[in-house]
Amino acid sequence: MSLSVTTDTGDAPLIEAHGLTKKIRSFTAVDGIDVSVRRGEAFGFLGPNGAGKSSTMRMIASVSPPTGGTLRILGMDPRTDGPKIRARLGVVPQLDTLDGELSVRENLVIYARYFGLSRKVANARADELLEFAQLTERANSVVEPLSGGMKRRLTIARGLVNEPEILLLDEPTTGLDPQARHVLWDRLFRLKRSGVTLVITTHYMDEAEQLCDRLVVMDGGRIAAEGSPRELIERYSTREVLELRFDDEDHAPYAEKAEGLADRVEVLPDRLLLYTDDGEKALAGIQKRGMNPLSSLVRRASLEDVFLHLTGRRLID
Amino acid sequence: MALPAILAGQLQTYVEGQPLLVLPVALLFLGALGFGLGSLISKSGHPTIAGVPYPVYVAGGVLAANAMMTAVGESTWPVLGAIKWWRQYEAMLATPLSVTDVLIGHLGIVLIRAFVASSAFVIVATLLGAVPSLWGIVAIFASLLVAMAHSAPIMAFSATQDKDTGFSLLFRLGATPMFLFSGTFFPVEQLPAVLRPVAYATPLYHGVELCRGLLAGHPAPLPDLVHVGYLLLWLVAGFLVARFTFRRRLVV
Ligand SMILES: Nc1ncnc2c1ncn2[C@@H]1O[C@H](COP(=O)(O)OP(=O)(O)O)[C@@H](O)[C@H]1O
Ligand SMILES: [Mg+2]
Repeated sequence: MSLSVTTDTGDAPLIEAHGLTKKIRSFTAVDGIDVSVRRGEAFGFLGPNGAGKSSTMRMIASVSPPTGGTLRILGMDPRTDGPKIRARLGVVPQLDTLDGELSVRENLVIYARYFGLSRKVANARADELLEFAQLTERANSVVEPLSGGMKRRLTIARGLVNEPEILLLDEPTTGLDPQARHVLWDRLFRLKRSGVTLVITTHYMDEAEQLCDRLVVMDGGRIAAEGSPRELIERYSTREVLELRFDDEDHAPYAEKAEGLADRVEVLPDRLLLYTDDGEKALAGIQKRGMNPLSSLVRRASLEDVFLHLTGRRLID
Repeated sequence: MALPAILAGQLQTYVEGQPLLVLPVALLFLGALGFGLGSLISKSGHPTIAGVPYPVYVAGGVLAANAMMTAVGESTWPVLGAIKWWRQYEAMLATPLSVTDVLIGHLGIVLIRAFVASSAFVIVATLLGAVPSLWGIVAIFASLLVAMAHSAPIMAFSATQDKDTGFSLLFRLGATPMFLFSGTFFPVEQLPAVLRPVAYATPLYHGVELCRGLLAGHPAPLPDLVHVGYLLLWLVAGFLVARFTFRRRLVV
């Protein structure tokens, strides 16, 4: 794929928000967030349902006017330069907006025409993108009966028809099976390598860890923390986590008994999490104290642990 | 800038639907009333209404009423669908297109469909002998104005709806009575005096008068100017309100 990376904004952030706010009637969906996205990076918004991710994405996509704060995209103000900004963005909305009655190819060509591309250019782009999205064989199929993964890849391809500098992906793999997710991630890696700036929202911590160079953890319309996945895990968690399940309704009493064996102990309804840099050692300690868990697991800490620490809740309920 | 592109894009989407579906209904009316009832009327000793043979009279009325029906159909469910069921508008608004572009694009599609429906009707009516002169071609374009004058305000209404229940009401209480009583099949003067002002106020009445005069081959310049002006008024006012309701619905 050919890419046109313009340098008119130099090293300035491609997306810059200060105190960005979105009120829907009296409800505050996005509550004064500060975000800065640099050229070429993959930037993530990680948060549970209702965190305000889609509301933020729609403001960045310059289709939903902010109700407070400042927002600049590619050096422009969405309030006054919406069409110019949108001409240089690609959008993959949370719910596909493909035209189910048209063919795969027609969806691409017609969308390209909305950007003012000539029929000739639109057709050439469609060919390239069908290849990229691994949909060449399905080019003439009607969209409606395609699998979820294919539709998602087509939506991504459609978001690329205008050769955007920034691609906005709102929960790109929600609802897909693991294999379809991996195919999709592979496509996104390729895009990133070719220089497209990616902005991704997700409530999957593995997706955030896989795809994002830098991310913000979002909850209740606010940003709880910011950094690379590794930085966040280092800052808010230990290296390892020991998970213990006991044959009991209530895991809280076990937390008291485990006191001192780990830096921090979290009680979940169905298990206990012990945060420590050496999980095996903590497990030995547990056994020494005469506690007999049904199962135990030592694993590396993840962004899920970061989220739990920051909010006291889990990402997916 | 992007308007030709929208049309090019949407053309494919919408023309693949069936704009000709309305034709059989229009022909049924022309056959049953224009020729069927018309043959009775021709035996009554008054075979013409205001100098127009009854089949031609009905053809002119149905041309306009059919354009209105096409507009109603194309400006209700498809608009709500593009807003919330299939969300084509959301897809379009993520591009440089503005809300006004999207609105004009959709009106353009209604125009194209009305053109297909009206042309087909006039061709068949001509074959049946209900179109006496080449003025029939001008009548097609007049019927497009009728379609637009209804489409714009109905789109404005559709963009305020959450469910499609309002559309059934619109059909039953608005479109169907207008279809029957706006001078399509008999002169408005036959209506009870209290209803006559209502009929005169409908845009369809003016559309029927305009289309019939043209189709019959004797347009009346001054009244026709009034009819065109009145239809344009509905179009422009409807467009302005639609732009408002579209923005309120789509830009959140
Ligand atoms: N149009 C709307 N009307 C009312 N509430 C809304 C609307 N859009 C979003 N919200 C609310 O705003 C909050 C944030 O929504 P959203 O941005 O979609 O979150 P996320 O994408 O992180 O799940 C949610 O609590 C949601 O219910
Ligand atoms: Mg969302």
